[in-house]
Amino acid sequence: MTTSTSKYQYICNDPEKCVGCQFCEYACSFNKTGSFNVYRSRIRTVRAHEIVAASITCRTCEDAPCVLACPRDALTQDAETGVIHVDAERCDGCAWCVEACDFGAISINPGTKRAEMCDQCADNEEGPQCVKWCPKGALELTTPDRRAQKARHELILEEVTAAKK
Amino acid sequence: MFGYSGKILHIDLAKRKSWVEPKAEPWYKTYIGGTSMATRLCWENIEAGCDPLAPGNPICIAGGLFAGTPVPVGGKWGIASKSPLTGFIADSLSGSWFAVALKRSGWDGIVIHGASPDWVYILVDDDVVTFRPASHLLGKGTFATEEAIREELGDDQVRSATIGPAGEKGVLYANVTNDGRQAGRTGHGAVWGSKKLKALSVRGTGDVKVADPETLLKLALDISKTAQGPYTEKYRVLGTASNVLNMNRLGLLPTRNYQEGEFEHAESISGEYLKEHHAVKTVACAGCPIACEQMRRVNDGPYTGAMSGIEYESLYAVSSNLGIGDVRVAIKLIELCDQGGMDSMSGGVTLGWAMETFERGVFKKEDFKCKKYPEGFEPNFGNGEAAVALCEMIINREGIGDLLALGTRKASAKVDAERGSETYKWAMHIKGLENPGYDLRGLKTFALGASVVPRGGCHNRSAAYDVDISGEADRFSVDEKRGALAKDSEEYAAVYDTLPLCKFIRRCFTGKADRAGAWPVIAKLINATTGWDMGYDDVDMIGVHCITIKKAFNIREGWTRKDDHLPWRTQHEAMTKGKSANCMVTEKELEYMKDQYYEAKGWTKKGLIPKEQLVKLGMEDLAKEIGV
Repeated sequence: MTTSTSKYQYICNDPEKCVGCQFCEYACSFNKTGSFNVYRSRIRTVRAHEIVAASITCRTCEDAPCVLACPRDALTQDAETGVIHVDAERCDGCAWCVEACDFGAISINPGTKRAEMCDQCADNEEGPQCVKWCPKGALELTTPDRRAQKARHELILEEVTAAKK
Repeated sequence: MFGYSGKILHIDLAKRKSWVEPKAEPWYKTYIGGTSMATRLCWENIEAGCDPLAPGNPICIAGGLFAGTPVPVGGKWGIASKSPLTGFIADSLSGSWFAVALKRSGWDGIVIHGASPDWVYILVDDDVVTFRPASHLLGKGTFATEEAIREELGDDQVRSATIGPAGEKGVLYANVTNDGRQAGRTGHGAVWGSKKLKALSVRGTGDVKVADPETLLKLALDISKTAQGPYTEKYRVLGTASNVLNMNRLGLLPTRNYQEGEFEHAESISGEYLKEHHAVKTVACAGCPIACEQMRRVNDGPYTGAMSGIEYESLYAVSSNLGIGDVRVAIKLIELCDQGGMDSMSGGVTLGWAMETFERGVFKKEDFKCKKYPEGFEPNFGNGEAAVALCEMIINREGIGDLLALGTRKASAKVDAERGSETYKWAMHIKGLENPGYDLRGLKTFALGASVVPRGGCHNRSAAYDVDISGEADRFSVDEKRGALAKDSEEYAAVYDTLPLCKFIRRCFTGKADRAGAWPVIAKLINATTGWDMGYDDVDMIGVHCITIKKAFNIREGWTRKDDHLPWRTQHEAMTKGKSANCMVTEKELEYMKDQYYEAKGWTKKGLIPKEQLVKLGMEDLAKEIGV
């Protein structure tokens, strides 16, 4: 099981809520390319089984393996946000970062032959468009720690409600 | 052109070749997509009068105008052939990622001709077509086939429409499945099987270019937000299974092969019960913000682990209609149908006919011999074990399953000819397609609507039950308005089926589902996609064109007025219980309403289309062939 121990925010999907509709992919590809092409989306929906649907994007790992793997030092990680930047001048599309990513969150743009990944819509004032668009509220910009807090909180609330009954 | 590529892909299975046919804008403006375009492709490419299972019957696939764009519930595609069940038009829709892949592959439609000598599946890889051997996929269920193809091609973006064992063996109501959804009715799976086509796989990597992406996105976002509110709550929470108790209250829930309309175990097969005891997850078709597909699982008993998406129309057919009150059996039966690649509605209604035929003594225990039960078994209403055994026998065409695979019309005709019986009296079909989950005896307007639908017994192509149930029309009597109401309902539904958009979104445009509420927003969606300048009347015409091409297809295949009929039972036997007791639709009432309907359509008394009207609709080539 792959894990991320990041302190950084990332876009997290709740598979209980996700219905696999792909709206996140449309929002992403439109924001980044101006067209509707889910192949160019930096968040990818997976329907692996009749009832399993979720979408996955960059987890902003600490000591990100993609950054370490890049032989041309084209990838750098923002120390404050954890977002990975691709230097299009240096990147030659070798795809070592794609191989290094445990989450399958990186792809090579077939047009530019450069690596692409989620930057949490750094270029859009409204923030991540996939989060804004998700009709089921399944996506959230959060950190693993905040997720854990929330899980604990929800668990306790559930127990209390059950006890009251 | 925006929203279209302007190209139709033709594939010949016998000659192993493919070619491109360009189409011009006026053609698209008339036929748009979905069932209308698929039917038009079938009109252009079929050898008229051919046997539906002969190579001359093409598989015609049409994309959705909004597939591959963020327009909510637009991820749909349409398919048409000549139906092996009805001999008339077979048109179905399905919502899925296959629709999106098809759109991105750059084809507005695909026509598959001929028949292959060996089992194959076709891969459409953007603009490259390859024929791949499929004998190793035979016997695999629908979902397993999709998985196996994805694995084989090493790409999870490949989307496949497949048939299951039922299609391979030519069950006449076998269907085509993709992403767990079905182009369910009228027997497309049997047509695919007759061509030895196991699957059509598509990889589409292109952009979908629309005229005004920003406007489209904004409209889509608004509709998607509205779709999280009260207008779709029914679908999101319980799914269509919420209809069970409503129909039961109205005395319209088909029970024991439509003998009654009220089921004593309705509670235990209801959407509410399913949610409380069997809920697993809710999933959506591609690009759908509603998500109505309620996955339900069996947690105990002999069918533990069985799981399926439960829709009302599948559910009534295999539970109340078979007198089965144990919903676990229903989940199992629907799973068998879905994985086996067979229409659960026609399957359920055919099982109902078999059970009644047994109870009335025409079938005997020994008619039901099979490997599992060498002495045969007794399929009384309510016998879940027998229903499951029979369902498996149909999929494999084992024993009496071979007969039941023909559907109620052909099976009853065969039995009656061989045994001198009158089982046609409880064969619940219209034009050979098994009836939906509304007893027509208590819904006079819908009885007309269903009888005239080109593809046969169906709840989707006509929604005339709306006016009956809402009280706009008196559902127990007939007046002079029914023809116009049936016409309006059918043409309204045809707009959605042609774009196609799922009808569950119909109230989310403005809060009002009627034409005034929906058409202006739909026009905006079409215009932002295509750059056209469509208005209210143009949207309305989409439905008129759709019905016209379907009807024209049927006329060329030999349709006459008597083909717009009702099941014998609907006309001759009243229910004894519930709120729709003592009702029938008499021959006189039906013929009176048909007169009204043909008149409202501007057709002749015989139900044929005047040349003049076809020319006025811009369908001159139809006028030459079938106009009067």
